[in-house]
Amino acid sequence: MDEVNITSAQWIADPISGQTQAAIRATIAGVQWDVPISEGNRHYAEIMRQVQAGTLTIADAE
Amino acid sequence: MALSTIQNNSLADTAVHGYRNLVINGAMVISERYGTAVQSPAPSGYGIDRWATYKSGSGTFSIQQSTDGPSGFSNSALITVTSNSTPSGGDYYIYSHKIEGYNTAQLDWGTSDAKDVTLSFWVKSSVTGTFSGSLRPSPTGYTYVFEYTVSSANTWEYKSINISGATVGTWNSTNGSGVNILFSLGQGTTYATSTVGSWVSGNFHGSTTETDLIATSSATWQVTGVQLEVGSEATPFEHRPFGDELQRCHRYYFKHKADEGNDPILGTASNWSTTGVYSYFQFPVQMRTAPSGSYSAASDFIYYIAGATKTPSSIGLSARVTNYAAEWDISSSGLTAGQAGWMRAANGNAYIEYDAEL
Repeated sequence: MDEVNITSAQWIADPISGQTQAAIRATIAGVQWDVPISEGNRHYAEIMRQVQAGTLTIADAE
Repeated sequence: MALSTIQNNSLADTAVHGYRNLVINGAMVISERYGTAVQSPAPSGYGIDRWATYKSGSGTFSIQQSTDGPSGFSNSALITVTSNSTPSGGDYYIYSHKIEGYNTAQLDWGTSDAKDVTLSFWVKSSVTGTFSGSLRPSPTGYTYVFEYTVSSANTWEYKSINISGATVGTWNSTNGSGVNILFSLGQGTTYATSTVGSWVSGNFHGSTTETDLIATSSATWQVTGVQLEVGSEATPFEHRPFGDELQRCHRYYFKHKADEGNDPILGTASNWSTTGVYSYFQFPVQMRTAPSGSYSAASDFIYYIAGATKTPSSIGLSARVTNYAAEWDISSSGLTAGQAGWMRAANGNAYIEYDAEL
């Protein structure tokens, strides 16, 4: 029921810590969202579900 | 007055029996995302605060916060079929509300102590007949399908449905999705069951005999005053103060926008480097979880720093967002590290929104 159309996803780097996979920038149902790495966040959960299903790939950070 | 004189006829007194309604924004008064603008087609997700539309199938419908309501209500959710279709197979069209587990833990569902609840609402439809909906946990497991009858077209009617407590299933009792309420607007066979009025194993939206609103061209369906409460008696709708309801909605969604005055301040900021700025914004209430962030173009914002202004070249939510505050990562140029300033909206298009919906 809640499956969401995610057309792109890219890791966001953190310039302070140097972490290259600090958050995810994704286009979800046509809207760009910056998504934190948080298990309780519905966008993050759906991105990870689609990644595990092999239907979505998260691109490296710029 | 002796305590023994407080009887059930005092149930209408919300001063005694407040906080009964487990539904947030059941009167559809809060609409931060779109106001009263028609959303056509309806988004696949949230529109009026805490309420979402979902569909699968070739039919389409719009959603709007309407200013029409029964006596005592100033708003309702208005759904209009914009392209009719007879649903089949796995098609579905629904209007839904998810209640956080913390707020439904008191129901003891999934145990032998499960409490009965009552769902009540006002409905108005251009199509008459038997409609249906359901309650269930998220994602799936068990479903309770209910039916209600719309007797007169285009007339507000009050409905109440007693629902036995679920002694089965696994129900979230923390900050996940506890109980989902679904109003079915049409469905194929996949999500329909003939078991109505009791809990049944499976993932269903409504009954096999329901009227499919989506099958009728230009059909309308409205709902407001949705209340889910413990017990077997429907009490009058709990009208909470607007500010109270807005704060409850902010736990799940918050839109910081520039339409309430000139140059609203969006947050203080300081220069991390000659090109990098970080801005801090504290949410009005603690959100359900660390939210996602979305925003208008970087050129919609302006950075006031050391007697000058800068237009950001980019903005984005940093990795340090929690359920109580967000940090924004802003890029610009020609800055002096260590200076501090503040971010404003540069025009009326500016907005930042935070989503921690279920």
